[in-house]
This record gives sequence, C-alpha cells and structure tokens, in this order.
Amino acid sequence: MTNLGFLFAAYTAVWVGVFLYTLVLARRNRALQREIDELHELLERREVR
Amino acid sequence: MTSSVRRLADSVLPAAALVAMVAALYMVFVYVPSDRVQGIVQRIFYFHVPLAIVTFLAFGVTAVGSALFLWRGGREWDRLAHASAEIGMVLCTLVLITGPIWARPIWGTWWTWDARLTTTLILWLIYAAYLMMRTVSGPGEQGARYAAILGVVGAVDIPIINRSVYWWRTIHPAVLVTREGGSGLSDPRMGLTLGVSFTAILLLFAWLLWLRTESARLRDALEDMRQQVVGQ
Repeated sequence: MTNLGFLFAAYTAVWVGVFLYTLVLARRNRALQREIDELHELLERREVR
Repeated sequence: MTSSVRRLADSVLPAAALVAMVAALYMVFVYVPSDRVQGIVQRIFYFHVPLAIVTFLAFGVTAVGSALFLWRGGREWDRLAHASAEIGMVLCTLVLITGPIWARPIWGTWWTWDARLTTTLILWLIYAAYLMMRTVSGPGEQGARYAAILGVVGAVDIPIINRSVYWWRTIHPAVLVTREGGSGLSDPRMGLTLGVSFTAILLLFAWLLWLRTESARLRDALEDMRQQVVGQ
C-alpha cells in the first residue's frame, strides 16, 4: 500500500464509522418514537372505553 | 427542555458540524503543507489527534455525569453518562484504527506495546466493560449505580494517557507539546488546520451526544408508559 493508500484508508475508516453510528442512532430513535406513538394510541383508546 | 431549543439542536448542530467537517477536509487535503519527514501520510494527524482529545472529553463527561448521578441521583445524569460513554467508545475505536494505519508506514509496524498505545487500549477496555455492564444489568437503578462507579474510576486512565509520553520511554510522538517543551508543529497552517479539525470533531460529538441523550430520554418515556399500561 502506498502512503496515499494509508491516508485514504484512515479517512475512510473515520467516515464509515461516523456514518454507521449516526445511522444506528437515527434508526433507534425512529423505532422508539414509533413505539411511543403506538402506546399513546393504546392508552387513549383505553381512556375512551 | 423547550421545543425551540430542541429544534435548534436538531437543525443547527448537524449543519454546523457538516460545515466544519467540509472546511476541515479542505484544509487537510488542499490547504496544509505536507510534513517534510513523514510526507502525505502525516495528514492523518489532523483527525487522529482531535478524535483522541474528544474521546477524553466524552469519557470525562461520563465520569462527571456518573459522579453527579451517584451524588444527587436523577436519571438525566445517568442518561448523559451512558450516552457519552457510547460515543466515546465510537471515537476511541476510530483513534485505535487510525493510529495503526498511521504507524504502519512510519514505524514499520501496525501495533507496539508502547505506553500510550497500551493505556489507550486499556481506556477502550474499561468503557467497553462499562457498556457491557449497562447492557447486562438492564434499566434498573442498581446496575446504573455499579456502572457509574466504573464510569468515575475509569477516567483515572485519561491523565495517565496524557502524561505517558513524558513519564515513560515511548516511540509515540508528543506533538502538541514536545518533550523539550514548545509546539511540534513547524508551520502555522498546521496549527490552524488542527484547530478547524478539532472544532469539527467537537461539533460532531455535541450533535451525537444530543441524538443519543434524546434516544435515552425516549427510552425512559417508553418505560414509564409501559408501566402505565401494565398498571391500568
């Protein structure tokens, strides 16, 4: 590997790492928000009854 | 927290981080001159060092959050500590990946049991244990308290890592403050590029911390609602 290759590998690792973690966080937050909305609905339906 | 602050954090932080990142990348690849001895591969320094400094900050936040949780109680401190530990692990992993990639062409080896490398690996292992403890113990108070103790004690390794290049014979360079004192950066453009890269990584950390604490807040809200559903 040339020195340019090492430089490219290091920056690629940083960007892939940050991108994957951000993706995981965003998906986790979306799933939690969805679950909260479902529970809200369930509670509201129970209150109506 | 008010919704306007929330909206601001949701929009301003990622935008500021993105602008700073683009500026940092421009400076690293176009603006800054190459190091006379190491050549182009030395440019890894401009992300490797800020990642390391912000890793220390992240685990420092975990230690402070853990101490406040142990002292005063309150889920918000525990959420902050846990969130910062997770992001610190991501950053520390990137430090341990970019370091060997830089070391291979310069030192001729991917890894050596040098004082700074070893103490940094120990820091990674300590907070990996912290996160494992959180996962295994679940959402209860007791598990959070045990993890908080580790969160505080683990941070003792941070000043040891910082001083390791002065205390022991190591091949790891001391660039920001050399062993003889003074800066190791030969060109003022190097210092400026490092400053911009540091700002970019710091903004990225702030944004990720915001996202991760929001995630923890939602999880706690969900747990409360589940209890409410079960109680009805």
